[in-house]
Amino acid sequence: MQQQIERHTISVMVDNEAGVLARVIGLFSGRGYNIESLTVAEVDAQRHFSRITIVTSGTPMIIEQIKNQLRRLVPVHRVSDLTIDGPSLERELILVKVNGTGEKRVESLRIADIFRARVVDSTIESFVFEMTGSTEKLNAFINLMQPLGLVEVSRTGVVAIARGSEAI
Amino acid sequence: MATEPITGADIVIRALVDQGVEVIFGYPGGAVLPLYDALFKQNQIRHILVRHEQAAVHAAEGYARSTGKVGVVLVTSGPGATNAVTGLTDALMDSVPVVCLTGQVPTHLIGNDAFQEADTTGITRPVTKHNYLVKSITDLSRVVHEAFHVARSGRPGPVVVDLPKDIQQAKHEYANHANQRHRSYNPQVKPDRALIERAVEMMAQAQRPLFYIGGGVVNSGPAASQMLTELVRLTGFPCTQTLMGLGAFPASDPLSLGMVGMHGMYESNHAMHDCDLMINIGARFDDRVTGRLTAFSPGSKKIHVDIDPSSINKNIHVDLAIVGDVGHVVEDMLRVWKARQAKPNGKALAGWWDQISKWRARECLRYRPSDEVIKPQYALQRLYDAVKGRDFYITTEVGQHQMWAAQFIKFEKPNHWLTSGGLGTMGYGLPAAIGVQIAHPEALVIDVAGEASILMNIQEMSTAAQYRLPVKIFIMNNRWMGMVRQWQELLHGGRYSESYSDALPDFVKLADAFGWTGLRATKPAEMDDIIKTMIETPGPVIVDVAVDEKENCFPMIPSGSAHNEMLLGPEDQRESPISEEGMVLV
Repeated sequence: MQQQIERHTISVMVDNEAGVLARVIGLFSGRGYNIESLTVAEVDAQRHFSRITIVTSGTPMIIEQIKNQLRRLVPVHRVSDLTIDGPSLERELILVKVNGTGEKRVESLRIADIFRARVVDSTIESFVFEMTGSTEKLNAFINLMQPLGLVEVSRTGVVAIARGSEAI
Repeated sequence: MATEPITGADIVIRALVDQGVEVIFGYPGGAVLPLYDALFKQNQIRHILVRHEQAAVHAAEGYARSTGKVGVVLVTSGPGATNAVTGLTDALMDSVPVVCLTGQVPTHLIGNDAFQEADTTGITRPVTKHNYLVKSITDLSRVVHEAFHVARSGRPGPVVVDLPKDIQQAKHEYANHANQRHRSYNPQVKPDRALIERAVEMMAQAQRPLFYIGGGVVNSGPAASQMLTELVRLTGFPCTQTLMGLGAFPASDPLSLGMVGMHGMYESNHAMHDCDLMINIGARFDDRVTGRLTAFSPGSKKIHVDIDPSSINKNIHVDLAIVGDVGHVVEDMLRVWKARQAKPNGKALAGWWDQISKWRARECLRYRPSDEVIKPQYALQRLYDAVKGRDFYITTEVGQHQMWAAQFIKFEKPNHWLTSGGLGTMGYGLPAAIGVQIAHPEALVIDVAGEASILMNIQEMSTAAQYRLPVKIFIMNNRWMGMVRQWQELLHGGRYSESYSDALPDFVKLADAFGWTGLRATKPAEMDDIIKTMIETPGPVIVDVAVDEKENCFPMIPSGSAHNEMLLGPEDQRESPISEEGMVLV
């Protein structure tokens, strides 16, 4: 019965109505499921659809439960498990504030260049970098910035979409 | 269908009438005054005034479960809504269709900590199937109709509609949305045909098959029970029922093994453990049924029929999952079984029944009779004997008496047994009985109660008196919270912490105070006469039966144990202490 813990990215299309996010989050906290990341925004203003992307982890049995429980919510239209439904793309955006002068400041710029991060704000002693990429890439960037004067991070959480012509 | 603008309160009433609502259970208050005014001005819907909002929901549950219709509740904002929460949770756990209308402070005051304001949709979100806060009068008729659709379709459950006072007073045209298709919520009711074929194949090959049926059969309606009964008889397989499934298959049928689970029958639990094919129809592998998961029916293939996909593979991994309404699934199974002229494996089945008869021969419900004290089992046997020819309904509270009632009262039809299974709500039985009696004025409705549970909603005696409802309360009074005491005896060295029912009222005098008839039995010899008097007395009756204070409920699967490790009586109890793992479980 011992099953491996897996990480899954799940996309949920919901009616954009009051309380819908609370329903999803309440489901996760009430039933003790993990949320590693959660993003939500309206994606179709005409039909009032919002898309929630959840990164979660659990045994295959728990992941199956999570999807079935989500489908049970009345305002949920579609639940798709991007991790198993085929190849998919995941992106996250971060804003990173790095304070420093001298060699450290130059080094942070150099690394940002390698990672294709953009400078979106600058003062004499600070930069704010903007970068998109996979969670792993962002983590690597943050780790490198740590000794160079990193003071603040803001990140969006994962958004994801399936590859190919099919829409969910 | 353009009509004259009417008030929000009138829109709600119109929608209720169009939904076929005849009765609502409620309690007025400031935030629902417009609705109560609208109720006053009409005569199509009858309002039953309860004495506590929790009881309103239980009464609606009783009404719903005994009729198959949606039960309707109307309560005020704040404390009215929070008092209803236990009832809503109960309805969620036992899949009972209930629509609960709650008043709310006017929209412009929401979030202001206004008088009697509570975040009702926030509080009830995890305990309802769905809930709504109506913020615009233009949504009102659609939302009320949708609430009924959500409550009754798929796996039924409670739905809350929170109605701010200004919405009740605003004016708008009414539109009947009764048959509108929902844009996201459309539960699957028809099963996949290929899965039915496979299920029938598995059934025809099985050597030690077992039907394990639950509340889903009852929820699917009496026709589903009938078809299932036909299927079980056609196959000749044994059939065990969960607490919620009692009555879904006739108890008197020789194929019935009775209840399964923690206090279920010895033969049912052993059959569950040893079967090679388990056909779960409308049950959910609840922890009261499975016992220790790792030891649950280790050698069987499992088929699971459920309308709720999230019930499947939740606790127990199954080999064949069929999502659909029990009625449709069983109808298809019957058709395929007949079309294929399928035959059960006769020789293997005969051997299986031989084994089952050996388990049956243990007579697991046996108890030591007494001439001096009333054994609770004896009281219920006498009660069952007296009612069995009649149209009777049994509700219960929660505890030992509930398990004894489940063991000793036999049900031939669905919808006649009402008990709080999932949530285990003490105080359920009396208001539920009131709901049943409202729906079935001529029927004999008995709340089998314990002296502790009954006090949790005792105020409802007043409701029964007001509407002249002839409900009967049959108290098995052992002066203990019996199930708590039993567990303390088993698990906590007999340290009876706070489980003694001290300072009990005189129930006969209490009956008198509420305008009921009160009776008391203290000797076994009095039982039959008392029961006869109870049945023949026209109004509501409370019967205080002084039962053996020491008796415990057996058979029992101790928590953390397997189905084949049942305790049959107090002798077994001494031999098998419960593991530490089991102690953690409830």
